Parts: sequence; structure tokens; C-alpha cells
Amino acid sequence: MLTILFDGVAYGMLLFVLASGLAVTLGLMNFVNLAHGAFAMAGGYTTVILMQRYGAPFLATLPLAFLVPAALGAVLERVLYRPMYEKSPLDQVLFSIGLVFMSVAGVDYFMGSQQQLVRLPEALQGRFDLAGVGIGKYRAFVIALCGLIALALQATLVGTRFGSRLRAAVDDPRVARGLGVDVGLIFSATFAVGSGLAGLGGALGAEMLGLDPNFPLKFMIYFLIVVTVGGASNIAGPFLAALLIGVVDVAGKYYAPQFGAFIIYGLMIAVLLLRPNGLFARAR
Amino acid sequence: MSASLALTPPLDRPLAERIAARFAADRRWGWGEILFWVAAVGAPLALPRAALLFNEIAILALFALSLDLILGFAGIVSLGHAAFLGVGAYTAGLFALHVWDDPLAGLFAGVVAAGVLGFLASFLILRGTDLTRLMVTLGVAQLLFELANTFSDVTGGADGLQGVAMGPVLGLFRFDIRGHVACGYSLAVLFALFVIARRIAKSPFGLSLRAIRDNRLRASATGVDANRRIVVVYTISAAFAGAAGALMAQTSQFVSLDVLDFHRSADLMLALIVGGPGWLYGGLIGAIVFKLLQEALASVTPQYWQFWIGLLLVLFVLGGRERLDLALKSLRGRFAAPRGRG
Amino acid sequence: MAPALETVRLVKAFGGIVATNDVSLRIEKGARHALIGPNGAGKTTLINQLTGVLKPSSGAIRLEGRDITATPPEARVRLGMSRTFQINQLFRSMTPAEMLMLVLCEQKGLGQRLFRRLDADGAMLREVAELAERFRLDDVVDREIATLAYGKQRQLEIAAAFASRPRVLLLDEPAAGVPEAERQDLLRTVAELPAEVSVVLIEHDMDLVFRFATRITVLVNGAVICDGDPAAVAGDPGVRAAYLGESLDA
Repeated sequence: MLTILFDGVAYGMLLFVLASGLAVTLGLMNFVNLAHGAFAMAGGYTTVILMQRYGAPFLATLPLAFLVPAALGAVLERVLYRPMYEKSPLDQVLFSIGLVFMSVAGVDYFMGSQQQLVRLPEALQGRFDLAGVGIGKYRAFVIALCGLIALALQATLVGTRFGSRLRAAVDDPRVARGLGVDVGLIFSATFAVGSGLAGLGGALGAEMLGLDPNFPLKFMIYFLIVVTVGGASNIAGPFLAALLIGVVDVAGKYYAPQFGAFIIYGLMIAVLLLRPNGLFARAR
Repeated sequence: MSASLALTPPLDRPLAERIAARFAADRRWGWGEILFWVAAVGAPLALPRAALLFNEIAILALFALSLDLILGFAGIVSLGHAAFLGVGAYTAGLFALHVWDDPLAGLFAGVVAAGVLGFLASFLILRGTDLTRLMVTLGVAQLLFELANTFSDVTGGADGLQGVAMGPVLGLFRFDIRGHVACGYSLAVLFALFVIARRIAKSPFGLSLRAIRDNRLRASATGVDANRRIVVVYTISAAFAGAAGALMAQTSQFVSLDVLDFHRSADLMLALIVGGPGWLYGGLIGAIVFKLLQEALASVTPQYWQFWIGLLLVLFVLGGRERLDLALKSLRGRFAAPRGRG
Repeated sequence: MAPALETVRLVKAFGGIVATNDVSLRIEKGARHALIGPNGAGKTTLINQLTGVLKPSSGAIRLEGRDITATPPEARVRLGMSRTFQINQLFRSMTPAEMLMLVLCEQKGLGQRLFRRLDADGAMLREVAELAERFRLDDVVDREIATLAYGKQRQLEIAAAFASRPRVLLLDEPAAGVPEAERQDLLRTVAELPAEVSVVLIEHDMDLVFRFATRITVLVNGAVICDGDPAAVAGDPGVRAAYLGESLDA
């Protein structure tokens, strides 16, 4: 049972890293970016390509799994997303759906539609025993890494000048601009970092979640659930929501495999019924 | 546009008559509308070999019409309308397999089932922001997808519901392999439901929906109970979508899991946006454009046509939507089609 | 005799800010009651609570003796209360005829009818025409509202509120933003409202206030500082102090 919990936590942490960028984009630019999963996919495929074509070891690919989608995000934000900020939610949704379709078809064309397999380094394979509980080494690694990232995000947001500028920009972009905060730069930087994190999550998740061209579509709803349930106004909300979803999903699939898949959807609908603004969101 | 009507001698006739005349004129079927439907009936007659394509167009048009009711008239953004399409399809299919193979009865069953689901789901979308509405609609559709997948002994799961043999329409018209009866059946259902939708759009209820969409605050200050109205229109919209699903099941004698897939909802949005939401014909025209486009692209790149759809979507939203909307506005006015802005 | 509208110790606080501070207001039947005060005094907040757009923090609101504090806005309209907004809130894609017909349909409970024709009832059509004439909209009745001149839109704003046959009508700065040339029409419209309708007028235009009102309440920082007939209010030193820097003749 504890193994299930452990697996659920690992899954949840991974979801958090994947969805954190979306939370910030939504909270900051009020932009519903359904194409967020495409950046995750980009990171995953970066790792795959580096490992398969260039024989790079898994861990070495991770920084690039962050940087490549981050760079991609920075460019796309400037070129494509900027003009969309002022448009209606409907337009934004359609726009991001269009991007998803393009990325899914594009990746399918270049990489084929089969599941990509990632061979983990020897050190991370297998399990070890901790107080009678079987702990997968890779999952432990994921938890540790994602936990560090979560702490780093929180520290940045709360402790640095960039973080306070970001929070100012989220609270009130106009006032922030008036105070000399370069809101445009902040948007670009956060979008890039968010995309990078998604990419890293995609690479880490290749082994746990699978990786194929349909990744953005398959997991889009999970990211959205994390953000909707957790709210987009801080780090803790999505973090807790992601953990909750991770544990419930894994436990559900294990204990009630017939219904496992849609316990999550039921949970989401229930939460939204009771708290339309998310479980942890501040009342805006 | 409206200028042509206002130029009739204003001071001769009493004001009440003028107002009445204007309402009546808005209600009447314009030349463009009549032309449209004549062409819609004429096309499959003129090109019988494309009957199957016309059938698909009619079904998508009905589906788009259903979305227009909530998006164009009440302003609700839904990413999960495929849920109702799927419920209608599976209900009609299962009805034919286990209860009675009469098409109209199955159609009715599909409509009712989807309508009930729509009624229940409508309470989920009343509260919250645009984003939560998006989420909820998406979630409901995904939920149904998983349900259909799980209960595969009933629904056929990934293999789909097979062998949905249909009886003759009205006891007279057997479904033929060329799709002629199917096409005629779908067109007839589309037209019948369109007439209903048109009547609703031009009723006090339809007016109140436009009020809710134009200015929610003012609508409630006018005494409009927005939540109630939204529940009603959402239910009707779901019922229409269910009809489209039922037609799908009945005319192809098969229901696949794909009917609940996300891309159905996404493609639907695109089709409606192209034609422009809010004037009922937008969905119909968009469906025609979309299907023809799909046919053209699929023959060129059968595997990757989704890429081009995505690209079109991006370009359309980035650059074209407002301009196309403006260009179409004068067209709408001349056709005296139901007026409501997208 | 219960007053047409009254508030009992109404309070509205937003976090630390008290926007409505223990306001007890009495609007008599057939009143021509003006609510004035400097900018930020909380007049619109008060109106929003009266109409149900905002929930008060404490206190009660009674319409003709009936407690409506918890009644939703749509229901209050049906109970006979109606308002205009400071900034025009209209249905821009409709025509004035459509908007007025909508109000009438809602008033008669026909708003839920799915299949009814808009021109079904001759009496209602005549009523729309009468409203259009009374509010000087007869020449633009079939034009899209978004294309109308601001003054005409303002007339429509009042017409729409009036069309629901309210017994209490709340006008939130009806003259706001109306160009000088169209102001006279507006003033005449307000003056010609029937005597049975109790009218509450929020205005900055003192010309309009002193010509129209038989009773004035002065609101400053959310609290009532003076309440009485125009002469008393004009002479009140507290009122003069509150308006220091602002002239009493618009």
C-alpha cells in the first residue's frame, strides 16, 4: 500500500513540474495555453534523440531537455503568443489547439508514432528496500529532483527580486509597469522557464508516463486539472493539487482498475462543483 | 443592411406598425436562406455519387448548429461537445441493436439521452470562470470516453459498436449502400431541427439569450434569470448534438470510440468559427467548408492533414477572424438571416 | 403606510473599507428623491445593494414593506424595482425595439417561451411604440444600438428601465456623459415620469437635482449627513463643507 502511495507521490511531483509552467502562464497572462504539453513533448523527444542518435547518457540529456523547450518557448512567446494576449478566451483556446495539432502531426512525421523507450542508467534501475517498503530507485530520484525544483521555485518566487517582480506583475500588470517592472520581459522569461520545466518533466516522465506524439493531447487534461483544482496564484496550490491527483490516480487504477481512469474526472467535477475557483485558489 | 428597411416612409405609418413590420421581416425566410436550402437539397441530387460526403456534411452541420446555440447565442465556450455526440451515437446504436431498429425511434432515443445528460451537465457550467467551464466540459467528455472504453462489452470498446443494422426510414426507405437514403434522411433531420432552432432564435427566449451574451449585468437587471435560461439552451444544444450522433450511428451502421474523442470537439469549434457563431448559418457553412477542406487535405496528405488544420486554425485566429467576421456581417444583413453577433 | 423603498441600517464593508456606513434611507411612494454626495461617497455601491448586485454586510432592504435583502436581482425586477446604470448597459447588437420588446416579454413572464413570435401581440407592439415615442426614440427604433448617439442610448437606458413598469425606479446619474445639446430632452424625460412611480435619482448635475427633487439625501463617505427638502439641504453647513471646492450649481 505504501508503495502505491510512493508511486502516487512520484507521479504527482512529476505532474507538478509538468504543470507548473501552465499555472504561471495562466496566473500571469491569463492565457489558457493548451499547447503546454507540446513543450513537455519537446523535452521528452530531445532526450530520446540525444540518447538514441548520439548515445548520450540519460542524466546528461536532462539539462538540454530543459533548455531546448525553454528556448523554443522564448521564441514562440515573442513571435506567436504575444499578439494573442489581448484576444478572447475562445481565440486563445483555438490558437493553442491549433498549435497542439501542428506539434502532434509534426512529431509524428519526424519521429514516427511509436512509443519511445528510454533506457534508464544502471544506477537508477531496480528497487531498494526501506523499512519493508519496496521503493523504485527511479521514482525516488524523480521525487527528489522534483521536490528540489518545487523548493527552488518557491524560493525564487518569494526570495528573489525577480520573484517579487513576477508576483507584482501577476497581481497587477499595470501598476507593476508603472513601478518600472519590465512586464514584457517577465512574461517571456516565465514562459521560457515554464516551457523548460515542462520539457524536463517530459523527459523525466518518458519512462513513467510514456512518450509518443499524442502526449500533449493525452495529458492536457491532467495539466489543466492540476491548474484548475490547485489555482494559479501560488506554488503550493498546484503542488498539493498535483500530489492529490497523482495519489488518487495511481491508487484508483490499482484498487479499482475498472473505474481507475475516471476517478480523476469525477474528482475534478466534484471539486469544480463545490469550489468553482479551485481548491486552493485565493478569492480574487 | 438594416438601412434598406429603415428607408420605407417613416412618418406615414404608425410607429407600432413599423416595428411590427420589422419584426415580421426579420422572421421571414430571406432569399439567401431559401437559396441555401435549395442548393443543400439540390447538391446531392445533382451529384449522387457524393452522397456519402453530403451525409457527413449534414451531420457535421447539425453538430455545429448545436454548438452555435450555446456558443453563438449564450457565449459558452465548450471543449467537450463531443460528449453529447457520443451519447447520441451510442444510444441510437444500442437502441437499434437491442430494442428496435426503426431509425426515427432510435433518433428519438439518442436525442432524449443526450438531452438528459445535457441537463445534468448544465449545472456544472453555471458557476466558475471561462477556464473552469472549459475544464468541466472537457472533463465530462473524457469521462464518457473512459466509460465507453471500460464498458466495452456493452459499447464494443476500441473495436466499436458493430453491425448496427437499421430498419427502413418511416418503414419505406431502406438504407442503401450508396448512401442516398442516408443523405436524404440526414438532410431532412437537419432541416427539421434547423427550423426549430431558427424559431427559438427569433423568440423572446432567443432574445434573452442574446441579452445574456451581450450584457449579463443588464440582462439580470431586466429580470432575466440567466442560469435558468442557460440550463434550457444547454439541454437543447445537447439534444441537437445527440441527434447528430444518432444520425452518425444510423447512417454508418457503426459507432466507434472516436466519436467521443477530443478532436471531434476541436474540429467542431473550427468549423463553427469559420462560418461565425451567432447566426445559425455559420455552423452550416463552416461544416461545408471544413468537410470539403478535410477531403481535399486528406487526399493529399492522408496521415498528416491534422497539421494543416492546426496551421489554418493558428493563422485564422492570429490574423483573420475579425476581418472575416466584418466581411461576413454585410452578407448576413442582406440574407436577413437570424441576427446575433458572434 | 410602508415606504416604497427603505433600508434599515445598511452596512457594506470591503475588507477594511466601509463603503456604506449604517444607512437608513426612506423613499416614500411617489417620491422624487435625489441622492447626492461627492465622488466616492458610495452612491453607486448603495444602488448596487438596493438592486441586488451587491450583498450588504449587514442591515435590511425592504421594498413596499417586503424584505428583499436576500432576493436575487432578477426577482427584484419582477417585484417592481428597476434601475439605470451610470455607464450605459445596453444590448449593443439589438435594436431599441428588440430591447424594449425583451423587457416587456420578461415583465409578462414570456421570456421563457421558445416558439413565440416577437410580433405576436399587437398590444405589446403598441406599448413598444408608445415607449419609443415617450423617450424620443421613434426615429431610431430599428437601428442597431451600437450605432446610436450617446444621448439616444441614454434615453434608451431609461426607457428600458421604465418599460418593466416599475413602482420604484433608480436612476444612476442619467445625465452623465450626455452632451449639452441632448441634455434638455433628457431632463424633460425625467420630469415627465408618472407620479405613481417612486423615483430615486443619483446625480451630480445640481441643476437637475434642484429642479426635480422634492427630497434630498446627502451621502458622504458612505454615511448620510443630511436628509430633507431641497431648501434645508442647500442651507445645511455640513453639506456646504462636504462640497467645499465643488460648486453647487453644476
